[in-house]
Amino acid sequence: MNVFLSLVAVLAVMLAAYVGTGVLDAKFLFGTILPYAAIATFLIGFIYRIVGWAKSPVPFRIPTTCGQQKSLEWIPPDRLDNPHDTTGVIGRMALEILCFRSLFRDTKMERHEEATVVYGPGLWLWIGALVFHYSFLVTFVRHLRFFTEPVPYVVALLQRVDGFFQVGVPPVMASNLFLLAALTFLFARRFWSPRLRYFSLASDYFPLFLLIGIAGTGVLLRHFVRTDIVNVKELAMGLVSFKPVIPKGVHWFFFLHLTLVATLLAYFPFSKLMHMGGVFLSPTRNLANNNRMVRHVNPWNAPVKVHTYEEYEDDFRDKMKAAGIPVEKE
Amino acid sequence: MAGAHKFDEVEYYKPEDLLAMDYRPPETGWMDTPVDFRPGTWIYPGKPKHLEYLDLANPRPWSPTDEDWKLPKNWKEIILAGIKERLAKYRSFKIFMDICVRCGACADKCHFYVGGGDPKNMPVLRAELLRSVYRNDFTTAGKILGRLAGGRELTVPVIKEWFYYFFQCTECRRCSVFCPYGIDTAEITMMARELLNLVGLNVNWVIEPVSNCFRTGNHLGIQPHGLKDTLTFFADDIEEVTGIRVKIPMNQKGADVLFVTPSGDFLADPGTYTCMGYMMLFHEIGLNYTWSTYASEGGNFGLFTSHEMIKRLNAKIYAEAKRLGVKWIMGGECGHMWRVLHQYMDTMNGPADFLEVPTSPITGTRFEHARSTKMIHIVEFTADLIKHGKLKLDPSQNDLLKVTFHDSCNPARAMGILEEPRYVIRNVCSHFKEMPINTIREKTFCCGGGAGLGTDENMEMRLRGGLPRGNAVRHVQQKHGVNRLVAMCAIDRATLTTVCDYWAPGVKVAGIHELVANALVMKGQKERTVNLRLEPIHEVEEQPIYEGEE
Repeated sequence: MNVFLSLVAVLAVMLAAYVGTGVLDAKFLFGTILPYAAIATFLIGFIYRIVGWAKSPVPFRIPTTCGQQKSLEWIPPDRLDNPHDTTGVIGRMALEILCFRSLFRDTKMERHEEATVVYGPGLWLWIGALVFHYSFLVTFVRHLRFFTEPVPYVVALLQRVDGFFQVGVPPVMASNLFLLAALTFLFARRFWSPRLRYFSLASDYFPLFLLIGIAGTGVLLRHFVRTDIVNVKELAMGLVSFKPVIPKGVHWFFFLHLTLVATLLAYFPFSKLMHMGGVFLSPTRNLANNNRMVRHVNPWNAPVKVHTYEEYEDDFRDKMKAAGIPVEKE
Repeated sequence: MAGAHKFDEVEYYKPEDLLAMDYRPPETGWMDTPVDFRPGTWIYPGKPKHLEYLDLANPRPWSPTDEDWKLPKNWKEIILAGIKERLAKYRSFKIFMDICVRCGACADKCHFYVGGGDPKNMPVLRAELLRSVYRNDFTTAGKILGRLAGGRELTVPVIKEWFYYFFQCTECRRCSVFCPYGIDTAEITMMARELLNLVGLNVNWVIEPVSNCFRTGNHLGIQPHGLKDTLTFFADDIEEVTGIRVKIPMNQKGADVLFVTPSGDFLADPGTYTCMGYMMLFHEIGLNYTWSTYASEGGNFGLFTSHEMIKRLNAKIYAEAKRLGVKWIMGGECGHMWRVLHQYMDTMNGPADFLEVPTSPITGTRFEHARSTKMIHIVEFTADLIKHGKLKLDPSQNDLLKVTFHDSCNPARAMGILEEPRYVIRNVCSHFKEMPINTIREKTFCCGGGAGLGTDENMEMRLRGGLPRGNAVRHVQQKHGVNRLVAMCAIDRATLTTVCDYWAPGVKVAGIHELVANALVMKGQKERTVNLRLEPIHEVEEQPIYEGEE
């Protein structure tokens, strides 16, 4: 049901874009108003969410430690998995954000006969996640060639490297293949693993279908639905220079791609995709395990009712004296 | 699962029945699958007298199997207001409610899921129990799309589900190690339990120790004279084994060090042997230390109740250190106690500017890593003593032991004290083997009884939760002949004993300082023939048995 609804939602977006640009002539709506609205929603929403998180304080320093602490001089501390200073925290966060360190730890539970449960390495999720995120990043950066003039050297270089295999005209981009493969894998594991499917929500499938739609229409645009790339660039440059134009000759299929991207941008701040910002703020990862070295201050540290020593001694004075335990008041 | 035994007895459960767990999720979706309160999987509610003593909400007799839980009339408003307050006070809570992508990396990391197969024991789904309510009432998408966005209304069945599953989490943080965003189910469980406490839902196995601790200074409710008696018995036993009479300094002003340990070490074997180990060590090195009857608990079941309760109980330690005028504090072998001492104490009840940076009077080592809290772990202290050659140790006195080490959850995942215990163990015994790599260090498995779940009426869940650890122990038992599981945690020493008897029979549980004391050659001791358990320390020559005359 969750899968079906998500798929329908993505198809509905595509249908709307087709009707709007292929049947009716609402290209200004789909080529200008929607992209602007989406970008505005994305930027404002993203900032709003980050500020919302940042407004809540971090009352306690609660890192999850995944290695040896710093204690005695002759025991080497694990500076990355259990950082005790800022340098270590930066290292830990870099590993987490750039290399998905924690997913790399993944193990896979397997039942064997009798009581044996074994835990082998389970690297598939790590591989799938890395391939997806990096091929998406490469694809994103490559697209900057539509939004810049002159095209920065790095972007042009990336374009050449990505088309390294020199297969087809225009050359097939390796990142496109990886992106689609990774998305298919991420969908397949979610859908076919009974365990994952059981707790997956519509909001888990929806972004996957959306991204598959974006990548799929992108590949089709590049290789099959030949639209005039010069016109597309004119449209893109018009958007970034705030002088929007809808050049003639842009194929309606392009607007499917653009509308799906706009949907992703607008959906982003309201969704789990915000993990992109949240991962930087996670208190179990971005704090140093220096709890006993440096006091962490809780801004709302409220007084509480305690049982004082005086009250305690009042309760037990006679028994303490009889047992020869020193007391304050004889 | 039948016979003459009751559900709170180990014998009631047959391993083959427990192992017949089914990892296939139910036909009905998780939002439409109600909780089944079957005996052996839940814990008796907190007794009204303890709630009253602690000024907690809604004291009344009730049972989870009752239809009516006698919640306050405005229970829903209380919970929703409680969520709102906590979202504003804890960034952790807010972030963890928002950024989970349900990648499933945590799903098979929870010992209760591994040993039970209930999908709501997957950390991701445990968190979703609370997250679904959060989405419904606190997010734009949830308010508009409701169930489509993963939201659901807060109802009485939801509360019942919370009670069941948030008291099936031991706050061990294993899932947090594997989460790409570090989402910590312990944090979510702590919030959920705070919320449940607001409407009077808690368990007696937590709230009675909290109440005891508030009044008498320790979870077990041992009164000052009782503690002195207990330690005197230990001194008697030590004298029997070593011929040496150790002193028992209590509430001594002017001592250098205040020593605080979990009260579990006072009560039951095998924790008591660990406690004797501390006493022998301190005697041997001539440490000027004191016990306190007021701060006679290192553990803190407040951690399993609310942040406020952590602070209420923990306040005694610094207060007592100040009253007695000690220089610094040392803590014994305990798990969750060190979560509190390491991550909460200084923030809650510090700064401890009236104390000095802990410095070993024997080796001169300044424990700079504890320069703010002024409290060190006894294993850090002992490792330093051994490194400096200050202890005369004879590891052969532990030769009958084939040892493996269980990293306790909190020291491993909230501190990272991994090498110190191993260094000490290697120096006090000759046979030490590690369990498989994915079951130790930061990936260690919980004993299944932490966070206030280690009570007998919860036996089925304890055995299930103990399965991963039990299997790892059995593995080294079969491969290396391991017969002793060493752990530096009082709850471990209590609950792993049951787990090992069940899943790896023949393996006994011990604390590190029990082994230290057994290997310790004390000045003026008599010849040691038995260890603290009064077992012979060397193989007894088997007397040849001759067949008698007919």
